[in-house]
Amino acid sequence: MGEEEGLHQTPFLDTMFVRGLKRKCFDGEEDIEGTLAGIKAIPSYNLQRQSLLDMSLVKLQLCHMLVEPNLCRSVLIANTVRQIQEEMTQDGTWQMINTQSTGQASLDRLVSTDILCRSSRDQAEGKHVPAYGTFNKDFENDQAQDSSDTMSTASAVQAPRNLQSSVWEMENPQENKGNFQKSLDQIFETLENKSPNSVEDLFSEVDNSYYDLDTMLTGMMSNTKMGHCDSLETFSSSTNTASNSNCKSDLNDLDHIVEILVES
Amino acid sequence: MKMKSVCATYADIISTVEFNHTGELLATGDKGGRVVIFQREPESKNEPYNQGEYNVYSTFQSHEPEFDYLKSLEIEEKINKIKWLPQQNAAHSLLSTNDKTIKLWKITERDKRPEGYNLKDEEGKLKDLSTVTSLQVPVLKPMDLMVEVTPRRIFANGHTYHVNSISVNSDCETYMSADDLRINLWHLAITDRSFNIVDIKPANMEDLTEVITASEFHPHHCNLFVYSSSKGSLRLCDMRASALCDKHSKLYEEPEDPSNRSFFSEIISSVSDVKFSHSGRYMLTRDYLTVKVWDLNMETKPVETYQVHDYLRSKLCSLYENDCIFDKFECAWNGSDSVIMTGAYNNFFRMFDRNTKRDVTLEASRESSKPRAILKPRRVCVGGKRRKDDISVDSLDFTKKILHTAWHPTENIIAIAATNNLYIFQDKVNSEMH
Repeated sequence: MGEEEGLHQTPFLDTMFVRGLKRKCFDGEEDIEGTLAGIKAIPSYNLQRQSLLDMSLVKLQLCHMLVEPNLCRSVLIANTVRQIQEEMTQDGTWQMINTQSTGQASLDRLVSTDILCRSSRDQAEGKHVPAYGTFNKDFENDQAQDSSDTMSTASAVQAPRNLQSSVWEMENPQENKGNFQKSLDQIFETLENKSPNSVEDLFSEVDNSYYDLDTMLTGMMSNTKMGHCDSLETFSSSTNTASNSNCKSDLNDLDHIVEILVES
Repeated sequence: MKMKSVCATYADIISTVEFNHTGELLATGDKGGRVVIFQREPESKNEPYNQGEYNVYSTFQSHEPEFDYLKSLEIEEKINKIKWLPQQNAAHSLLSTNDKTIKLWKITERDKRPEGYNLKDEEGKLKDLSTVTSLQVPVLKPMDLMVEVTPRRIFANGHTYHVNSISVNSDCETYMSADDLRINLWHLAITDRSFNIVDIKPANMEDLTEVITASEFHPHHCNLFVYSSSKGSLRLCDMRASALCDKHSKLYEEPEDPSNRSFFSEIISSVSDVKFSHSGRYMLTRDYLTVKVWDLNMETKPVETYQVHDYLRSKLCSLYENDCIFDKFECAWNGSDSVIMTGAYNNFFRMFDRNTKRDVTLEASRESSKPRAILKPRRVCVGGKRRKDDISVDSLDFTKKILHTAWHPTENIIAIAATNNLYIFQDKVNSEMH
């Protein structure tokens, strides 16, 4: 109860969420205490909104189960994602994120995401929150690589880029490729840190078609569960941007890599 | 309010609860595909304490888990909904559905059996004819009551998406089943075809932004039905207008309150249940934080809005994170349409009296449900003054959710499903409706 008194209500995200972030921050190592001063105040609206976006994308990824996912839930989450991205486009944040990928991230952004990552690594596994930090880092090319906890995070990394590209038809083939490569790196790191058994689990559970929000919706709603190769075909055919040809070559790479990893 | 209570524990989570039209029978479905029917004991002077109690009448396996080989997906056996058919003869009938298949079950009683066959003995074995010296006429002798349940119809392959509602028409010949994107009309006697009456599937699935969440036939007008959506709207449709009722006759929608706008506005406006009043004049809807009463004649806004647990409004992000924001609560009218009821978290359920505007929060728990105990009103405090026995918002148990509730059609008897426990509360003092 006392914790709540120090926080004021944010109009869009609740204090419990904010409180959760704050608690995680304090669990970090001592050398980051200095940087805590900068974020002792409630994380900015933009950061919270970004976290909500990340959380939503992870949710959409993780609703891939043996039983058909709940369509109502998926549609509601997808609508939330669209809403956030619309708002981000309107206030220019989305544009800003795009240009930042050349490596000119603000110090604040670096600090906040770094802390999220570090403290989340110290936390118990199995929460969605760890995904936020790694997800944020996608937007800074020069950021040091941290291992992501789940494969789905890497997939989530790609999703907003392609949603953006298919919804607003922005043509950023180079950036797409760069980030795609980046997500592959993250996949490898994840795999290195995992035991052999879980590698199989990773690949058996996650459907690679969930790179594109729309593909994912299509995939779920047309109720087809695709093999890895098939899903990649669908992915390349459903994106309707000029980055198609670049994506396809990337996908072929991924396909090849997936085969190698599964065999090993 | 003095209450008498019964608590039955199930092996699986209860997924639906439904009284029949007289209230004599109470059917429940669970996640394991089983249906359990309770019957009310007739009131007798000999055992005054047992009068009107519900006891198990029959249990049967309605649905089994299936595997869709085409899509490589499991089809859950969980019973989503049960609806009773109006009783037309000695037998009782009900419809039960899982995600894909609806089944019609007939429940009959057998309390007599023929005895004294000439050619067979008591166990049914053929008699040695040399021992038969005289002829007898078989007579019906009483036996222990046996309840037999048989599947009479199986309505399969009608739905691509998950069935969320079924509703029997007042004509007693047809019924409808609704999934996320389509509503089908069936004839109770015909299983190999159904009519599609609503289809909101877009040509391009990427354009999908809204799904059907619940649907019900009007209690008296056999041509009218309503369906609710994930965007918080209700559509009243007239089957006489056209074969495909994609164009609603009336659209009921409340404009959004701009001061409460957030990223979660749409999710919390999604209607999880819609129920016509017994009179047929009103509709009751449940969304995440409120229950609303709509007048069929007014499409612009509900006539009444009741806050179920507004203290959760500031917790929406956490509830989104742990998926509780997607919980689908049901709602119910009492027999006279004067009180409405719905479930909440922490095994709490709420009742709102439409006339006095008073509301109460009660808890379904073993401690509170000792026989002939009085249910104590509960209170959730949101900071500020805290009374004794109050529960703070942060102490609420979000895993204990009451999603399914039912009200007896004429008396003050309610059935509350709390995870895998069924509570039946009877108000013995005020048995009649006000």
